Amino acid sequence: MNAVSAVTAPYDAERVRADFPILAQQVNGHPLIYLDSAASGQRPLAVLRAVERYETHHHSNVHRGVHALSQAATEAFEGARERVRRFLNARSTREIVFVRGATEGINLVAQSLARPRFGPGDEILITGLEHHANIVPWQMVCEQSGCALKVAPIDRRGEVDIGRLLELLTARTRLVAVAHVSNALGTIVPVKRIIEAAHSSGALVLVDGAQAVPHGAVDVRELGCDFYAFSGHKLYGPTGIGVLFGREELLEEMPPWQGGGDMIRTVSFEKSTYNELPWKFEAGTPNISGAVGLAAAMDYLESLGLEAVAAHEQRLLALATAELERMPGIEIIGTAAHKAAVLSFTLRGCHPHDLGTILDSEGVAIRTGHHCAMPVMTFFDIPATARASFGCYNTEADVRALVTALGKAREVFG
Amino acid sequence: MDLKDLYRDVILDHNRKPRNFGALTDADAQADGHNPLCGDRLTVWVRLDGQRIADIRFEGKGCAISTASASLMTEAVKGKDKAAIKALYEQVHTLLTHQEASADASLGKLAALAGVSEFPARVKCATLCWHTLNAALDRSADAVTTE
Repeated sequence: MNAVSAVTAPYDAERVRADFPILAQQVNGHPLIYLDSAASGQRPLAVLRAVERYETHHHSNVHRGVHALSQAATEAFEGARERVRRFLNARSTREIVFVRGATEGINLVAQSLARPRFGPGDEILITGLEHHANIVPWQMVCEQSGCALKVAPIDRRGEVDIGRLLELLTARTRLVAVAHVSNALGTIVPVKRIIEAAHSSGALVLVDGAQAVPHGAVDVRELGCDFYAFSGHKLYGPTGIGVLFGREELLEEMPPWQGGGDMIRTVSFEKSTYNELPWKFEAGTPNISGAVGLAAAMDYLESLGLEAVAAHEQRLLALATAELERMPGIEIIGTAAHKAAVLSFTLRGCHPHDLGTILDSEGVAIRTGHHCAMPVMTFFDIPATARASFGCYNTEADVRALVTALGKAREVFG
Repeated sequence: MDLKDLYRDVILDHNRKPRNFGALTDADAQADGHNPLCGDRLTVWVRLDGQRIADIRFEGKGCAISTASASLMTEAVKGKDKAAIKALYEQVHTLLTHQEASADASLGKLAALAGVSEFPARVKCATLCWHTLNAALDRSADAVTTE
């Protein structure tokens, strides 16, 4: 994810908003203001239509039949894989594994790379801002293999303490697993620097990119990461589809993690041989329409321009941050120098859950809770936060609606 | 759905100044309640006199609904016996989960929780304290049976 450069063409957020049919509705008597894209983005008409077109014209099972529909489905599915390869600038489609989401991608690496290879004396290094999806799979592997989990702490701004991370990175470290962007705090983690340090120390790196891909171009070759996982639904695509990028040499050496159809070359009762990459990791009939929808979402996002979207979101983040900083009783949680469009906060005297209910009654959808990052909440000694997150379709009017609704919460709990 | 119906003055008051708040030092039993979805945590302590709750206190961190519900509960159950508390909980549960339910006069101040039924996502906030109280009472029952 690159830093945002100056914008050339004006970004028309109202027009973008009109591409998302779900946003044109009333919630609790107010126009819907959707500020929960970090949990799940909405889908533009282009994605809905692509999925509908696939379902009404092309669907059958992939990689099998000789009939027309099966070939159409295979073309659509493998075409989506090529679309993802271009999106990430990966070398080959052999490096693009379709999974259910970032969570499954991380679990695949945990079970297929770490579990058979790591053992007592080995270490996996994560950071203090990880989502549960980038903590629990490693804890499971540690229990299974006897390796140890190390955690590089964060500081009060919500930034990874790089000094401590480098100290924890030793010859024992086999793998570093780190979020590109924190879902709870918005922190953009300097993953390139971490990847370089890890590689010099002989460790592999998995990047959890779930929160990063909607907010800027990701180039896995430029980053140099070994694995990169993300979910389609945070990128304005369907749920139940995600991607694991893995360097070909590594995926080649890894055993399949699920057995079944599609992932084999030959099967006999004595022995089966496995399919080549990437199908070796895709047992069973895949989420074909999901992949088609994801490809359409990538087309859509690139038509808006990833840099233009990121610049627009940064403007909204700056505006919302300035407005909230002015409100008495508001504390912003996560004040890193570089943030994606995620704004976590608390309001004194008003629990985030109450805040969420009051905002919802005004039609403003935010997320409240621990955001699947309990250790982050523990670090800041709070049970939960309220989190507003911005996507390509949010407008300055949405920020104003958030501020007005927060004013209402302060009235109730004043 | 009306916000005023949820955040009634009684609720806001008990959230700001929860009654019977803080540890009960001579408790017979205690239990911890946790709602992992929202992070609410509370502890309920009870001192028993036979089947009757002689004293009850609670402590914890939670939203206004969870805090006020716990505060109102401690006031309502103090002095009552286990059977009466069970019956009271049934009434409260109906009130919280049925929009058409009207608050019986016997509920007293607990009737202020009636608005919760319009907000299904918040029902568990209001019931956490009751589940925790039940756990504490079960534990005290265990203690009695093992003696």
